[in-house]
Amino acid sequence: MKKSYQDITEKHSPKENIFMNAFISFITGGIMGIIGQLLIDGYSSWFDIPTKEATVCMLVTLIFFSCLFTSFGFFDKWVNFCKCGLIIPITGFAHATMSAALEFRKEGLVTGIGMNMLKLSGAVIIFGVVSSFVFSLLRMVVGLI
Amino acid sequence: MIYLNAFLFAGIVCAIAQIILDCTKLTPGHITVIFVVVGAFLDIFNIYDQIILWAGGGALVPITSFGHNLTHGAIHGYNTEGVLGLFSGTLDLTAAGISAAIIFSFFLSLIFEPKD
Repeated sequence: MKKSYQDITEKHSPKENIFMNAFISFITGGIMGIIGQLLIDGYSSWFDIPTKEATVCMLVTLIFFSCLFTSFGFFDKWVNFCKCGLIIPITGFAHATMSAALEFRKEGLVTGIGMNMLKLSGAVIIFGVVSSFVFSLLRMVVGLI
Repeated sequence: MIYLNAFLFAGIVCAIAQIILDCTKLTPGHITVIFVVVGAFLDIFNIYDQIILWAGGGALVPITSFGHNLTHGAIHGYNTEGVLGLFSGTLDLTAAGISAAIIFSFFLSLIFEPKD
């Protein structure tokens, strides 16, 4: 009984075309990479700053535009179409923060926005910090040997 | 030439993430966490620095560079300040990204209504 139910749900759930999705992610992710490189080159030549500062400016620009487009409401449609092409770049991090802030806005400033803004993107920060701590300890131990 | 490398590297990272997302039951949250941890791991022996030299912005845009910057800051802090630097240096390089995301989303969420 259970097995036949699984068969039926499998038959009627929409088929994800793995190859097509991967191709779309490849193209959109690649375009994001090109935009990043263009912004780095542009900032370092316009403002005459070293590449490292231009990188920070590029990240802040991308974060600003993904927050802005999320609050206009059409970034969700782009994410639905491009999938990982927009989730894996830094835009996905900003999109998660912004959509959580918009969603819980009506519950108040502190209990809504403040407590829930990092709900989705907090995982990235926490696991990033913990894993980088472990890995730099590892590097330290290897360096001592 | 660096534009082609950037396109290829960022594209391949996103395509791998999409294949993992389609073939397993993991959510996008799991995928981003996996990529941050991979980026942090690749920085132990400065492999990611070589990738950045090769691919430029293509390696800096994906979330893997977030993990790379965290480990890079921690190791740099340890080299300059000792053990205390492991704690104070971790968020050094990524602070701009995190603060920008928080500040922009706070003020924009005050201005805009959620659209459904």
